Amino acid sequence: MSALRVLVGCKRVIDYAVKVRVKPDKTGVVTDGVKHSMNPFDEIAMEEAIRMKEKKLASEIIVVSCGPSQCQETLRTALAMGGDRAIHVQVEGKEYEGLQPFHVSKIFAKIAQEEKVDLVVLGKQAIDDDCNQTGQMTAAILDWPQATFASKVEIDSGSLKVTREIDGGLENIKVKLPAVVTTDLRLNEPRYATLPNIMKAKKKPLTVKKPSDYAVDISPRQEVLSVEDPPVREAGQKVESVEQLVQKLRDAGLVA
Amino acid sequence: MHSQRIIRSYSALFRKLQIISNIQRHKTQQVAEKIQIPSSFAADLAQIVGKHNVSTANAVREQHGHDESYHSIELPDMVAFAECTEQVSEVARLCNHHGIPLIPFGSGTGLEGGVNAVKGGVCLDLSKMTKIVSVNAGDFDCTVEAGVTRKTLNSYLRDTGLWFPIDPGADASLCGMCATSASGTNAVRYGTMRENTMNLEVVLADGTVFDTAGKGKRTKKTSAGYNLTNLFVGSEGTLGIITKATIRLYPQPEATISATCHFETVQAAVDSTVQVLQCGIPIARIEFLDEVSVDACNKFSKLNMKVAPSLFLEFHGNASGLEDQTKLVAEIVQANGGSNFVWAKDPEVRNHLWKARHEILYACMALKPGTKPYSTDVCVPISNLPKVITRTKEMIQEAGIIGPIVGHVGDGNFHVFYPVHPDDQETLAKVKDVSHKMALLALELDGTCTGEHGIGQGKRELLEREIGESGIKVMRHLKMALDPRGIMNPGKVFF
Repeated sequence: MSALRVLVGCKRVIDYAVKVRVKPDKTGVVTDGVKHSMNPFDEIAMEEAIRMKEKKLASEIIVVSCGPSQCQETLRTALAMGGDRAIHVQVEGKEYEGLQPFHVSKIFAKIAQEEKVDLVVLGKQAIDDDCNQTGQMTAAILDWPQATFASKVEIDSGSLKVTREIDGGLENIKVKLPAVVTTDLRLNEPRYATLPNIMKAKKKPLTVKKPSDYAVDISPRQEVLSVEDPPVREAGQKVESVEQLVQKLRDAGLVA
Repeated sequence: MHSQRIIRSYSALFRKLQIISNIQRHKTQQVAEKIQIPSSFAADLAQIVGKHNVSTANAVREQHGHDESYHSIELPDMVAFAECTEQVSEVARLCNHHGIPLIPFGSGTGLEGGVNAVKGGVCLDLSKMTKIVSVNAGDFDCTVEAGVTRKTLNSYLRDTGLWFPIDPGADASLCGMCATSASGTNAVRYGTMRENTMNLEVVLADGTVFDTAGKGKRTKKTSAGYNLTNLFVGSEGTLGIITKATIRLYPQPEATISATCHFETVQAAVDSTVQVLQCGIPIARIEFLDEVSVDACNKFSKLNMKVAPSLFLEFHGNASGLEDQTKLVAEIVQANGGSNFVWAKDPEVRNHLWKARHEILYACMALKPGTKPYSTDVCVPISNLPKVITRTKEMIQEAGIIGPIVGHVGDGNFHVFYPVHPDDQETLAKVKDVSHKMALLALELDGTCTGEHGIGQGKRELLEREIGESGIKVMRHLKMALDPRGIMNPGKVFF
């Protein structure tokens, strides 16, 4: 069995440690001047692909990111971790605000076909929108099997043995290649980019494309009406007795 | 002319007497009752930091009245949260005006009771000051505010290829680490806070804000004036409040290898350590666990290690040379009668190998459920380490107490993590007695009573012995000069 060609999707999101603030005009969250980094689940996806390459099970890792020009920083980090080539599908400003898994999955599917990849590895969801859709949609468009929430992946001559994290515990499935895998938290611990690798990454190829290059229409399918903070938590009240508790619940119209 | 000379010599004498009486007054003030807070004080404080940033709630005061040590809780009269340096400065000015104790609080992970408000007063929580002010990747430095913890910083830096390696175990605030001159398992390679702090923004008791190396200065070296930066490193909040720190960063290691091995004696383990260091091998961590610790780990972390004095090693370096160096270390270990040399490159396997070392504190407490850790921290020249450890183990045995030993053997520093129940006065007395004797022994062997935890409350007498009368006098002069009213964290470092 020849080594796999792998496509990894990396989304640039607001860093998980940042306290997200809603814009005063309620159209979204503050992103200017805020630290961004690679979606943590995508870091795990990269790490898995790199380990396959280190074991000579993968031959080339192509990383893709869709978004504004700053996505190239994210792609360079992916290359520093061990990616071989990067594709930046440029989508700016207002158009980027309307970009959804529905569009991104079509782009990934097209690239997967063009680049003749055998495996698409994506993070299970992005920490900014929590959609958890891109992997599944990409598989559907390609008509490939999907193994989502993977906590263990093994290659077994033309198929993948994947352990999935599900509500009831762990599920073991076998999927034929080519396939789409989405990564869950316990799959691996991603490596840090080291300085020598960051330097090498600057020389690795990075091509800039547009969604139209893949004949994908990115007109928005949704309109954001407003983005608001959750309601401020009010102080609790201590009651002295069960009777008092019931009375308070009655007063609040919560019980008859 | 003659009279002028007399006057001058009398004023000199008078000044000397004043200083002595100030020190005496200072000493007696330390023994005095808790200061009374004027009724307008809380409102004045709220004016500075905002009403929502002042609390007199019992739960909040309790949280701020202790750290991770066995020292009993001492509640501050109130807790204030500062959000910027200007607020810290005004709070200091206010406290100084009224003579009210002021205690800075970072992450509360100290081990010597440094934040306990023995004289009451205001605990100033700095954890809201979370800005990472600047990162200069090309210069290997960064500046952070007082509320930034080391794990937060390292997470922020993760895609720069840099990290801040000092690892005291807990997720401590970096400025708190400066205040206690913290160190960690990596010190043998990367040094301690002393070597890695380039500049500090400090607020003094009277509200003065200044930068110890000058504003914005971040050079690799300097000979400009007194080394004020290192005056405040280790001052444990008694000279000023550290609101920003400029610290050195290092490149992420290209490759890491972890290893464990076991020995017949402590001497053999230390000899191996010295030889490894002498070979110039880029050892990043050498941790010693005695057989009591290893046993505790086996029980707690469900491992199966050989119950014997053991070394946990970690090497950082280039991918190419590291494996050869590991083989060299294996030879050294074998030459010293060591066995079971196991090593790994894979992060998950490495983490598993080191799991024992990481969970050691909890493993020790689990030996006697319900206990809190009383930890010692003596540090001696490496060649004297076997002597101290051996004698310590004898004393522990004689006292009939449990005392697992964990050591940063590459620095000559080791800890005994005694599990003590807070109500068990008998065991506590025995533990204190042995710890005291350990510290005295360390002092005799050219060592220090505290390698990295600080003096806090419990080691003040030991400090006097260690530094000596003249040294303590110099420290007191400095304290008087910078904090004449004695409000900065009273009851800590010295009497």
